Amino acid sequence: MALTKPIKSLWEIPREERFVGGHAACQGCGAALVLRHLTKVVGKDAIIVNATGCMEVISTLFPRTAWRNPWLHLAFENAGAAASGVEAALKALQRKGVLDKNRYIKVVAIAGDGGTFDIGLQSLSGMLERGHDVMYVVYDNEAYMNTGIQRSGATPYGAWTTTTPVGKKFRGEWRPKKDIVGIAYAHRIPYIATANPAYPIDMINKFVKAYNTRGPSLVHVLTPCTPGWRIPESKTIEVAKLAVQTGMWVLLEIENGKPKVTVKVRKRKPVREYLKMQGRFRHLTEEDIKKIQEMVDKYVEEINRWVGEEAIGPVEE
Amino acid sequence: MSTNQEEGFPERFLGKKYPETMEDLPIAAIVPWPGSTLDVTTHAWRTFRPVINQDKCVRCRLCWIYCPDGAILEVDEEYTTSTGKKYKVSFKVDYDHCKGCGICANECPVKAIEMVPEMK
Repeated sequence: MALTKPIKSLWEIPREERFVGGHAACQGCGAALVLRHLTKVVGKDAIIVNATGCMEVISTLFPRTAWRNPWLHLAFENAGAAASGVEAALKALQRKGVLDKNRYIKVVAIAGDGGTFDIGLQSLSGMLERGHDVMYVVYDNEAYMNTGIQRSGATPYGAWTTTTPVGKKFRGEWRPKKDIVGIAYAHRIPYIATANPAYPIDMINKFVKAYNTRGPSLVHVLTPCTPGWRIPESKTIEVAKLAVQTGMWVLLEIENGKPKVTVKVRKRKPVREYLKMQGRFRHLTEEDIKKIQEMVDKYVEEINRWVGEEAIGPVEE
Repeated sequence: MSTNQEEGFPERFLGKKYPETMEDLPIAAIVPWPGSTLDVTTHAWRTFRPVINQDKCVRCRLCWIYCPDGAILEVDEEYTTSTGKKYKVSFKVDYDHCKGCGICANECPVKAIEMVPEMK
């Protein structure tokens, strides 16, 4: 059964697994962990529409599948479009009496950062604009990890990838990360949130709220990638936690246009701690780190001004 | 562990866990075996295996929450620690699907999980 109410303790998470083990995700994969909890929340009556990406490749090696839900595989660019189609078909079948009218079936679209920020942006935009009842989950591992760590629109400033190499002229990615929450906010959809697997109760409550929204909703989840971020397998959750504690990742929730920070950070840690843990930022000099710190300061200031309170505090060494 | 118990399962696939002959191959690459990757074991990926010390464990459920492979099993098994504390549930490791990433050992608040090298 799907979770319908927000949870207060970890013991309220259902025990039943709907995204089972034995899949081919890397050791310590953050995205597989997110999907495990997502399927626990949405339960049996959900159709999952999955764009190409890591999670599609690792979960369905023919003739086997890790999913216990109806699952649809799509190309990179049409997760939003196909999810709209599935939702419209469900509506038509319920109107014609083929399906039970009282049975609520949710359509859940899952896509990576490449399938959302870059290739699938137009179909996502169409889906949000038309107002389909679809829950869209973006797992953001900040590059095209599946094909071998190429940069995407979600790659943060300064990160090494195979297409933004570190040499004499270029020092990793030189463009800032795209703001997908801002893009979704511009569509005036009922529910947008950012989540993080290191804060499971917060993440699950956001999935529950997105599930219970009648209309388009978008949840943007940070999922550390061990080979792509160059971190040890066991540090996935540690890195994800540091992203929130340093202010690089703010846990936001925008309900009907009203922004709110769900996990407040009183005293922020310097970004150096987050950057030094990852091999993809190994080349950064003190100057670069200072620049990233300034970017984060500015971002936090913007967020604080937006929510109208000091939700994220100052840096404390 | 049976994967064939889901409702709406096509009859010609009953009792099979993967296509055995040409005729079994599903049309349009539909996979009629939900959750069938459970038959795949990933134990060979490990270099370290997690071992849970049941006496030290405080049943906070964090290892179960943070496992990406669902390889920590929560079982209704009563356990009494050496200090006389009673617990209704126990956590065990599914060594068939554990990939040995070590998130559980890293995140355990009481350090009850130890990563032991796989030897033999």
